[in-house]
Order: sequence, then structure tokens, then C-alpha cells
Amino acid sequence: MTPALALRDLRKSFGPTEIIRGVTLDIQAGERHAIIGPNGAGKSTMFHLISGRIKPTAGSIALKGEDITGLEPYEINHRGLSRSFQVTNIFPKLTVYENIRCSVLWSLGYRYSFWRFVDRLRDANERAEEIMEEIGLSARKNTPASILAYAEQRALEIGITIAGGAEVIMLDEPTAGMSNKETEQAVALIRKVSEGRTLVMVEHDMSVVFGLADRISVLVYGQIIATGAPAEIRADKAVREAYLGEEAH
Amino acid sequence: MTGASRTLLAFAAFAVILAIAPMVFASGTSVTMMSVMGVMIIFALSYNMLLGETGLLSFGHAVYYGLAGFFAAHAMNLARQQGLPVPLPVIPLVGGVAGLFFGVLFGAVSTRRAGTVFAMITLGLGELVSAFALLMRTFFGGEDGISTNRAKLLPVFGYKFGPQIQIYYLIAIWCFVCVALMYAITRTPLGRMCNAVRDNPERAEFVGYSAQRVRFIAFSLSATFAGVAGALSAINFELMNSHAAGAGQSGAVLLMTYVGGVGQFIGPIIGAVLITFLQTSLSDVTKAWMLYFGLLFIGVVLFAPGGISGWLALHAPLVRGGRIFRLAPAYALAALPFAALFVGMVLLIELSYHMLVDAASEGTKTSVFHIAMDGASAPPWIATVVLLVGGVLGLRAVWPKIGDAWAAATEPTGGEA
Repeated sequence: MTPALALRDLRKSFGPTEIIRGVTLDIQAGERHAIIGPNGAGKSTMFHLISGRIKPTAGSIALKGEDITGLEPYEINHRGLSRSFQVTNIFPKLTVYENIRCSVLWSLGYRYSFWRFVDRLRDANERAEEIMEEIGLSARKNTPASILAYAEQRALEIGITIAGGAEVIMLDEPTAGMSNKETEQAVALIRKVSEGRTLVMVEHDMSVVFGLADRISVLVYGQIIATGAPAEIRADKAVREAYLGEEAH
Repeated sequence: MTGASRTLLAFAAFAVILAIAPMVFASGTSVTMMSVMGVMIIFALSYNMLLGETGLLSFGHAVYYGLAGFFAAHAMNLARQQGLPVPLPVIPLVGGVAGLFFGVLFGAVSTRRAGTVFAMITLGLGELVSAFALLMRTFFGGEDGISTNRAKLLPVFGYKFGPQIQIYYLIAIWCFVCVALMYAITRTPLGRMCNAVRDNPERAEFVGYSAQRVRFIAFSLSATFAGVAGALSAINFELMNSHAAGAGQSGAVLLMTYVGGVGQFIGPIIGAVLITFLQTSLSDVTKAWMLYFGLLFIGVVLFAPGGISGWLALHAPLVRGGRIFRLAPAYALAALPFAALFVGMVLLIELSYHMLVDAASEGTKTSVFHIAMDGASAPPWIATVVLLVGGVLGLRAVWPKIGDAWAAATEPTGGEA
């Protein structure tokens, strides 16, 4: 079976510093895959490489078998990959509803059209309502995104990511900065929205990682030192030394 | 009332205002001024497609207005010389096509980036076109420009468009159509994505949209409407010269749009009407009228960055809630020092202008607000200083009261609607 994502000897240097040092990884369709690793290991850089925000120095990335190395973010998005950001990255002056609706337009084929009224696009409006319901922000429909509470902005961040119905969803630290209760809600939300899709997630909260992930990859200094089921990762000696030893409880 | 019916009502009101304005203000001067207002409304709204909607600060928007104006003037002359059956009302289409052409051409190079890069490229293109205009005398007519005659084209239903009132209605109809179209565009997928790209171009790319493509299309459409405005201007004045494409005109449209307000659709309309009115009437009253525009612009940027429409929109919820009267005492209190400051400012400008520019030829005696005074004597200057200082101190004293009044007027609503 073609993996949802296939990275082959992926490398990224900033000047003389190599941040990603030859990552090879297959992520199967339908799995929930967590990427963990200490700060500065290159997790976010890896996300940026896959989603097209930055271009790799060497190596290749394939999405559902198709080479997407070096494509622009919107081109990668058109091919069925959508991502969220570690630092909330929304449309601040637009309302919650507009945020979501803007994020469904392309997937429904409306492209750059300026000859039809957006309020009359039933499918786009219905889909936006559904997504708002799903992320629990229906009551905040007409609120500008900039004045939402932090946890609500994080939910909106996920809403924007899933709105286009991409098959591969990448979430960069979705629960960062949340309280325990908010984290619980976020995990339930992630579980629900990743149903039937491929999920790649960077996360620091180990209870979230081990609760959600089917498989885990451990990234240390730009290299993957282990990939496997949660139990295997927990038992892996190299991982314990490099990472879990200091942070897992 | 739903949003859609409110919009229809607003446009109906707009149509009525356009239709009856020359009946209310029937003098020749007013009709001429209102014709210019109609042109400027289109031009300023087209500018706001960039600035307010897409977040693109252009310093060269007059390029599309001016170039299209020349194409329109040449088209009119060509139609007359060749006896082509072209009626005047379709000439703005020529301007629109010319605007679109140059919008596509220059948009392709300028919209790759937003922000400073975009602003600098538009500035450069503006200078380029201005320099070109001086070189290509056959097309741009040098200092004199290109003159034309709007009354020599194919008559429509017997109208030959000689009288200004016919031109007013021609402009009014084009203005209404363009305003409706530009409003409609804000309600389309592209219009929504313009806002998204303005807010966060990076994220727009991750929901499937090329920020550059969105900017490019918005730029091209904006240039098209600017072209229509330029053609209407050529029709209105029967003259086009290269200043219309220059930095001054680009600055003027920025001023109108910003003073009117970039955050509301109606903002640039208010700005175009107000600034055109001031341009025409202030220049009759004072020779230093340009200075007042500068001060107005600085004042808006510093104290009301949302422009006039933004300031009004701030009060809209209070008007709806019937609470606006709670602000009245504080505003009334502020009116006095504000007036003092204003009068002091005018005195300062007029006295300075007179002493620096006119005193050598006309002597030091002048009059401000119809009050005779001598710029070489102390009393007017003392009055100026007293008014300025008193105004500033007074405003500082009542400023907290306005804040309190705002808090009192908005507080009981609590949370959001």
C-alpha cells in the first residue's frame, strides 16, 4: 500500500547548520502518527518542510505516492495535505465563521471566482456551519478571531486545518499552553476529526501522545532514532536515554 | 431586517441621492463639483480594493487612472476624426480595458510581495510612467496634455453630452454601477480571500490560495475600475494631462481613502466627497489649502486611524442602543477646546503664510475670518498662542471625561451582542 507520506533522506541546512539530517519515514494512510523529541530536535522544521513552508536542501517528500518536494504550500494543500501551526495562525480580523468559510472555499472548487456571491454558496456555508459545530465554536460565530480566548483560538486553528477536508492532517503542538481540562477537550476533538484520515502530530504532552498515537517517531538532532507502536517506543533503550528518561513520568 | 435587504435599501438610497443631488444643488459650480465627486468615488473605492480589502499600500494608483484617461481621450478623438459610431457613454469601457491591461502588466511584477516591497515597486512604476509621459509627447501631449471634445460623438437618444448636467448623470450612472460591482466583489469568494490574505497571507497559502494570485487579481480588478474613473475624468474635463497619472494624484487618492476610512465599504465614498468638496471650496478661501490637507491627514492618522467611517462605526452600536446621548455632555465639553485649537491653528497657518509669502508684495495687513489684523503686530500672534495652548490644555483636561463617558455608555451592555 502507498504510504500517505513518504520522506526519503530529507535534509535541511540553514547556512552551515544542518537541522534535519537525513530523515526517512513512511506514514501509513489512516494512522495517527506522533513525532516527539526534545526542544530543538527539528520537529517544527520537519513540519515546515513537508507542508512546503520551507524547501528542503536535499531528499524527497511524497504525498500519497506523488512527489511534492519543493512545491508551494497551496499546491501541497490542493493535493490533500493540511496543517496547523504551533503559534496560532488565524485570520485575526475575520469572524470565526469567515475564518472557517475561507478555509473550505478551495476544496469545494470555488477558487478565485468573483462572479458568485459567497453567501449563496450553500455547500460552503453548510460545511462552515458543520465545522464550527465540530470544533464547538458555533456560539462564537460572529466574533472576530482576534478576541477569542486562547483555547478557542487553538480550536479555530484546528478548524481551519480540517475545514478543507484534507486526507492528511498535520497538527503542530495542538495542546500547547492549554489547561488539563482544555487538553482533554482538545484530545477528544483531535480524535474525532482525525477519524478516517491520516494524522501527523507534534506534541510535547506525553499523555496526549501515548493516548492518541498508533505509532510514534522520535526525532533527536534532526534524525529519527526510533519509530514504532507506543509500547515499543516506551521500551526502546535509545529513546529512554535520549529523551523519555528526562521527561516521561 | 436581513443583511441583504439592508444592502438593497442602502443602494436604493444611494441611487436616489445621485438622482436628486443636482436638483438640490443646482448651481453650475455644484454640478461640476459633484461630477468630480462621482469620478473620485469610483477612484477611491478602487484604491480601497487594494488598501482596505487586500492590505496593499500603493503609491502609484494614479498610473491606471491617468493612462486610462489618455486612452479614453484618444479614443474620443479617434471616433470623432474617423466618424466612428461610438457613443460617449461607452468610452469609460475603453478606460476600463486600458486600466485592466496595465493592471495585469504591472500587477504581474508588483504583487509578488506585499508590504514595503509592493509599496516601493508601485512608487517606482509611478515614477516610470511619469518619466515616460514627458518623453512620449505625441501620446501624452507634453505640458498641455491631450484635449478632446465630448460633444462630438454619436448622440444617444438625442443627448449630445455638451451640458454639464448630462455629464453629471452619465458619471452618476457609471458611479452607481461601479460602486455596486465593487461592493459585490467584496461578497464573492475572491473578495473574502482578499481579506484573508490581508489578515494573514501565510495561512491563506495553507488553505489552498496563492496569496500572490489573490493580490494579482485584486490588483487587476482595482486597476480596471481606476481606468473607468480616469476615462470619466477625461470626459468631464475634456482634457487629460500627465499629472493625472503622477505622484500627486496617487497621493490624493490615498488621502481620500484613508481620511474616509479603509475599514468600511462606505469610507472611501465619504472621503472622496469630503476631499473633493474641500479641494474645490478651500482653494477659494485660502491660498494655503494644501497645508490643511496635510494637517487633516496627520490628524486622522494620529487620532482616528479608522478614518471618518471608522469613527462613525464606533458610535453605531451606541446609536442603535439609544445610548449615544450619554456621550453628548462629554463631547460638548470637548467642543470648546477643540474649536479653540482649530481657530488657533488656522490663525497660525494664515498669519505665517501671509508673512512668509504675501507680505513682501501686499504689506503686513491681512484678514483672517474676516477680521482685519496686522501680521507685524503682537496681538494676533498672542491670540494664536493663547488659543493653541488653551486648546491643547483644555483637550487634555476633558480627554479623561470622554473616556469615562464611553465607559459609562458601553458598560451596561456587558460582553458582546
